[in-house]
Amino acid sequence: MNRQVSATLSGQLRLQLKGITKQYPGCLANDKVDLEIGAGEIHALLGENGAGKSTLMKMIYGVTKPDAGEILWQGSVVEIKDPSMARKMGIGMVFQHFSLFETLTVTENIALALGDDAGDLQQLGRKISTVSKQYGMELNPDRHIHSLSVGERQRVEIVRCLVQDIKLLILDEPTSVLTPQEVETLFVTLRQLSADGCSILFISHKLKEVQALCHNATILRGGKVTGDCVPAEAGATKMAQLMVGSDTPISSNYPKATGTEVFLAVENLTNSSEDPFGTSLKKVNFSVRRGEILGIAGVAGNGQEELLAALSGEHLLDSSDPVKFSGRGVGLLDPRQRRELGLAFVPEERLGRGAVPEMSLVDNTLLTGFLQGLVNFGFINQGKTEQFSQKIIDDYKVKTPNNRTAAQSLSGGNLQKFIIGREILQNPQLLVAAHPTWGVDIGAATAIHKALIELRDKGAAILVVSEDIDELFLISDRLCAICDGEISPAKATLDTSIEEVGRWMTGVFEQIEPTAAQHVDEMLNTSSIN
Amino acid sequence: MDIDLITNVLYAMVRTGTPLLIVALGELVCERSGVLNLGQEGMMLMGAVVGFIVTLTTGSLMLGFMLAIVAGMLMSMLFAAIALGLNANQVATGLALTIFGTGLSAFIGAAYVGTPIVGLEPIAIPYLSDIPLIGKMLFAQDLVVYLSFGLFGLVYWFFKSSRLGLTVKAVGENPHAANSLGLPVMRTRYLAVAFGGGMAGLAGGYLSLAYTPLWAENMTAGRGWIALALVVFATWRADRIIFGAYLFGLASILNLVVQGLGYPVSPNLLAMMPYAATVLVLVMISSNVMKSKMYTPMWLGKPFHPHS
Repeated sequence: MNRQVSATLSGQLRLQLKGITKQYPGCLANDKVDLEIGAGEIHALLGENGAGKSTLMKMIYGVTKPDAGEILWQGSVVEIKDPSMARKMGIGMVFQHFSLFETLTVTENIALALGDDAGDLQQLGRKISTVSKQYGMELNPDRHIHSLSVGERQRVEIVRCLVQDIKLLILDEPTSVLTPQEVETLFVTLRQLSADGCSILFISHKLKEVQALCHNATILRGGKVTGDCVPAEAGATKMAQLMVGSDTPISSNYPKATGTEVFLAVENLTNSSEDPFGTSLKKVNFSVRRGEILGIAGVAGNGQEELLAALSGEHLLDSSDPVKFSGRGVGLLDPRQRRELGLAFVPEERLGRGAVPEMSLVDNTLLTGFLQGLVNFGFINQGKTEQFSQKIIDDYKVKTPNNRTAAQSLSGGNLQKFIIGREILQNPQLLVAAHPTWGVDIGAATAIHKALIELRDKGAAILVVSEDIDELFLISDRLCAICDGEISPAKATLDTSIEEVGRWMTGVFEQIEPTAAQHVDEMLNTSSIN
Repeated sequence: MDIDLITNVLYAMVRTGTPLLIVALGELVCERSGVLNLGQEGMMLMGAVVGFIVTLTTGSLMLGFMLAIVAGMLMSMLFAAIALGLNANQVATGLALTIFGTGLSAFIGAAYVGTPIVGLEPIAIPYLSDIPLIGKMLFAQDLVVYLSFGLFGLVYWFFKSSRLGLTVKAVGENPHAANSLGLPVMRTRYLAVAFGGGMAGLAGGYLSLAYTPLWAENMTAGRGWIALALVVFATWRADRIIFGAYLFGLASILNLVVQGLGYPVSPNLLAMMPYAATVLVLVMISSNVMKSKMYTPMWLGKPFHPHS
């Protein structure tokens, strides 16, 4: 199906954007953007972080207003004043960072969004059950949000849109938090919705998914539309080049390594989480060898934070044995002592943990670089610190006016390059990196991947925890997955498959017999065809 | 201890706990909307002094209580204008409000110190107030105490089953999400702060018009602070607030009873009891992180910019 067909079916376009422009201080977020979506069309909005996707959808959903341009809804010009007006028109949105309330139930959350139309809560609960079953996304309306998995939370967000009369559903990077199997289920639901006449705006930067799902695609770069295409016909490379521009190299293949002796050994690490919404670690066992990258896949909130805190020393263990560096138990050592033994750590949050937002890059260099002779008898050696920060900026091509710039004014990708560079230049024996390319553009991601591979080839042990399964397959030498605080056995990346890692991510760790595995894969493939 | 003594202790426990209960219920609503107003003490004092002067000059207790509530609300709106309107730090603004209210109330009340008035009289409900032990406690109180029972029921129901209560909780837990759903974050917060101010004013008026019918500088004696602690120790739950308020009341009364019975215990030690009891219970209850976090407004005290 292409746009012409769906448009004639409905007689008119459902949503049309004409010359939408939005200026933020110091940045033109959207520059004369045109977009058309027909009834029942699944339309992809492709672009890197910072390409202006979020701004555009915020304007469609009434969160912000365009400076210039027109929005046409079912053929007539409209001014969408606020989200509640958008909802009344039949526009629903599923956010990347869910807008759910942890301490309330599913029904209560949905009632809040419906406003006065919510009516009786029990009746609404029944409606939620019916609608969720109808679209193959079962939900118990009485459960509290904090007890739900990320995939289930997304269902709540989608069902919240579906219980209303919905004509356009906007999904912002919906698959970034899902296992491969959950992605398939989601696509089945979306295709069913599209067949029922609901238009879908699917925001993503994952080309494979766009090709599998979407009828049409609009590609944004730097706030401008760089192209329209039919994803199934256009090649992935062409779309990627439209996204990043022709001058940016796109990541290739990296040779796999096997590593030498074990550096990091985690043995029977059990740790109960202090956070009531956290996940406790249950007898975690794995090891990372020198000269290899071990990737840990998993959906967020399955114990990654707890594991990282136990490795970095932010959370001290009860005994020293469960975590060993080169055979020496370090469970009782604090982060500084562990760094002295060769640890470097890239936390998940760039601003706040990886760097102090208000401080300059020089000061942020000192944050973990204090072991590199930058401090003498408690006094900071300014000259050396500046040199070191400048070396990071030069070596890792951090785009910044100078090294006195505050960390918060760097883009996500540049700051991440800076943090990774700061850790790598300390010549660590073990680098633990959490979500190293999260929210980073393709160019920076490629640079970060190359830096990690180089460090590996120099003989360091590297542990990468990520939600991006494609990234893990690209750079890891061995792979495992974490689910509900348990860790799957690790396998060489070349000997495993996305489907197998997907199973691990849902907690199925048993070795499935080849024939049975094939059977499961067949089932998955059939469901994806539906 | 004879039965009359116990009956009277229970009666006084509720009377003493009432101002705490009222101000804490107000602060509960305010905090669950995500706003931490540390100005309770200042708002109570303003309610106390305004209520007292109005009643003294007009002779009307009703008018006195009404304007005490208004005074509390006006004070809270001053807080809201700065902390919500201008997005100032809530803790600093609240502290400033307490200091401001303490000073202003002392200033406008200076001429009235020591002047006696006829306070609010208890109304005994026939028959019911004769029930042994609890009759006097529940049915021989003044109107404001009866009102406080009603207020407790109202706030309890508000958070349990009302739509507006759900909105308040949502706004306090995640204002950005609430905003994206089109919930009126700022309006909800202003209303919650105003309710908290009104309750603080009423509690202040209760002190100067009923509990001890006179005006004295700084007569709230830290009750506003105790109420703040109470809200935390009650882990933001109305049912625990009423329990805690009466526990404070009981501890304060026992202090007098024990002194009256002539036990050789230092009065200073006894005066410490209500405070010590809070700390102890606070520690005991908040030790269950899991349970208390369920009710904690996650966005408490953090400013919210709708367009960021």
